[in-house]
Amino acid sequence: MRILVVEDDRDVSGFVVKGLKEAGHVVEHADNGRDGLFMAASENFDAIVLDRMLPGGVDGLRLLETLRSQGNSTPVLFLSAMAQVDDRVKGLKAGGDDYMTKPFAFAELLARVEALTRRGKSEGPQTKLVVADLEMDLLSRSVRRAGQKIDLQPREFRLLEFLMRHAGQVVTRTMLLEGVWDYHFDPQTNVIDVHVSRLRQKVDKPFPTPLIHTVRNAGYMLRPEAP
Amino acid sequence: MLRLRVAMPADEVLRSAGVRFGMIYAALFGISSVALAAFLWWSTAGVLERQMDDAINADAQGLSEHYADGGLPGLIDTIEQRLAGNVDDDALYLLVDPGFRRIAGNLDAWPTHLAMDEAWTDTRIARGKQQRMQVRLHQFEVAGGFHLLIGRDVRSTGEMRRLMADAMIWAAAIAFVLGSFGAWAVRGLFRATLADVSETARAIGAGDLTRRVRMTGQGDEFDLLAETINDMLDRIGRLMDGVRQVSNAIAHDLRTPITRARARLEDAARHAVGEADLRAAIERAQADLDGIVGVFQALLRIAEIEAGARRSAFAQVDAAPLMNDLVELYDAVAEEAGQGLEAEIPEHLSMFGDRDMIQQAVANLLDNALKFSPPGRAIRLEAHRDAHGISITVADHGPGIPEADRTRATERFFRGETARSTPGSGLGLALVQAVAVLHGGTLTLEDNEPGLRAVLRLPDGEPRRLTAP
Repeated sequence: MRILVVEDDRDVSGFVVKGLKEAGHVVEHADNGRDGLFMAASENFDAIVLDRMLPGGVDGLRLLETLRSQGNSTPVLFLSAMAQVDDRVKGLKAGGDDYMTKPFAFAELLARVEALTRRGKSEGPQTKLVVADLEMDLLSRSVRRAGQKIDLQPREFRLLEFLMRHAGQVVTRTMLLEGVWDYHFDPQTNVIDVHVSRLRQKVDKPFPTPLIHTVRNAGYMLRPEAP
Repeated sequence: MLRLRVAMPADEVLRSAGVRFGMIYAALFGISSVALAAFLWWSTAGVLERQMDDAINADAQGLSEHYADGGLPGLIDTIEQRLAGNVDDDALYLLVDPGFRRIAGNLDAWPTHLAMDEAWTDTRIARGKQQRMQVRLHQFEVAGGFHLLIGRDVRSTGEMRRLMADAMIWAAAIAFVLGSFGAWAVRGLFRATLADVSETARAIGAGDLTRRVRMTGQGDEFDLLAETINDMLDRIGRLMDGVRQVSNAIAHDLRTPITRARARLEDAARHAVGEADLRAAIERAQADLDGIVGVFQALLRIAEIEAGARRSAFAQVDAAPLMNDLVELYDAVAEEAGQGLEAEIPEHLSMFGDRDMIQQAVANLLDNALKFSPPGRAIRLEAHRDAHGISITVADHGPGIPEADRTRATERFFRGETARSTPGSGLGLALVQAVAVLHGGTLTLEDNEPGLRAVLRLPDGEPRRLTAP
């Protein structure tokens, strides 16, 4: 995928660009708002990682507003040191699709960028999710694995649905909290791990191959087989 | 800040409020003095003059009655009698015939310079030994072409007037001196009153936060002002203490994980034998740094809540589903830890507040309870509405917080003796407290015998405007 990184700090942008390239993406970089806007408007990207405070007279918010006013709907992830709730709200209102605060873990950034590109390509409402022998019927809200029915609590169902929609991608604990529980804070205790482990009891334990994998220092991933 | 200078240029003198007040005082004093003097003059010298005119008129009235009774001889007799009875020798009479020849009276001749068309005349005449005698005369026509002159010697009243005038001049001089002195005193008083405020402000500005404006104890306007200023300074002082305490705590509490991360990295750089060793050290250092970032985020969030900026996100929310969601989230964890979570939540708990913050506050209380409660004893979450609003109680059976520490437990970075061995930043309860205050509610920590009962009380109406503690 083609990703544009607009970030003026050389260390941070170098780190992000390198990481995204390692993950197999094609990455372009702009170190000021003017160049960033020019590149974003003239080329096609699958996602843009955008800093808010940028040199060059065009800050991140202005850049995004200009882009959106031109009808460009490329998914944008804000990456900013401005961490207050109001800043986040402002960024999302300006047309941002996700907001991450610095400092950040690269795994979280990668997971979110990949989730964004996936979102950008969603092809209408799905009624069925399938990963390997795991099937989820979104209409009857039932789950089967290898033809065997699995009973899930409503929240477990939503957790599994989130993992299946992001199958093959790393999903961080924060993403799960936001996406499944709609919580925007980090609990001190390992609540997410406990819920994932309960889900595993039902989805993986009775079967020979596990689908839900733990990705060290990042989160979880649902994928058909071990890499 | 108000500055008082010893010497000021002319335009600044006029701009000085002290000088202005002094001048206003002097002007008021001058106006009242003039009014008082005018009244005194009118009621003394004026009265004397009017009394004299009245006496002359009464005299004339009496003479005219005698003339009517006894004709000219009667009039002459009466004049003689009056002159004889006038011991002060201040009365003047003169009756002349149509040729202005004297018939009776104590004047030798009709004064030559007397205008015939004026009834009243103030003039000087010669009489006996006295060459120029100040008199007031009234002339009357008597039937048959005779003329009558009645007058009074006004030397004594003239003297009186002069004395009065002298006294007035002296009084004016004294009034001027007193007025100026008063103006100066008023200005001085004004300055002295403000000087203390000004000096206090200057001392505070220079960094001495212990200074306060002196109170006179009279309960007057200046005292009220001083009290208001002192209250403000107390509040600033408390805030400054808070800031100092927090920055000390930050410096101290962040030093530990930073030291740890640094030590790990340095140790790895010097002693690591393989790549695996290095990686492990780096990962642990990363975890330490993440912990530091977490502390920063919690601090910022508390500051954000305390600043009240988030009150714009207040809305009518039903707290019951929020509580149920939290129970659902934490129930699994509590069960895993062998603690269990009991909940008692009504169907609806409508209130006015910030959904995210209430969630986070209760989540923090549950986090705490899970952290400290021993296995085998259930944690209880209760929510109900009472007369004052909504109260949410989280009770555990852990070690609790000793009574002495309870008020301090909500301070940032405070960690009780029993909490030192468990992981945590000491910011959880501080955040709950901030959320409570923002909503106009309270957080109270009670003894659960054993354990801790944290009660979060939130009013269900629109929060009143708050003065944070």
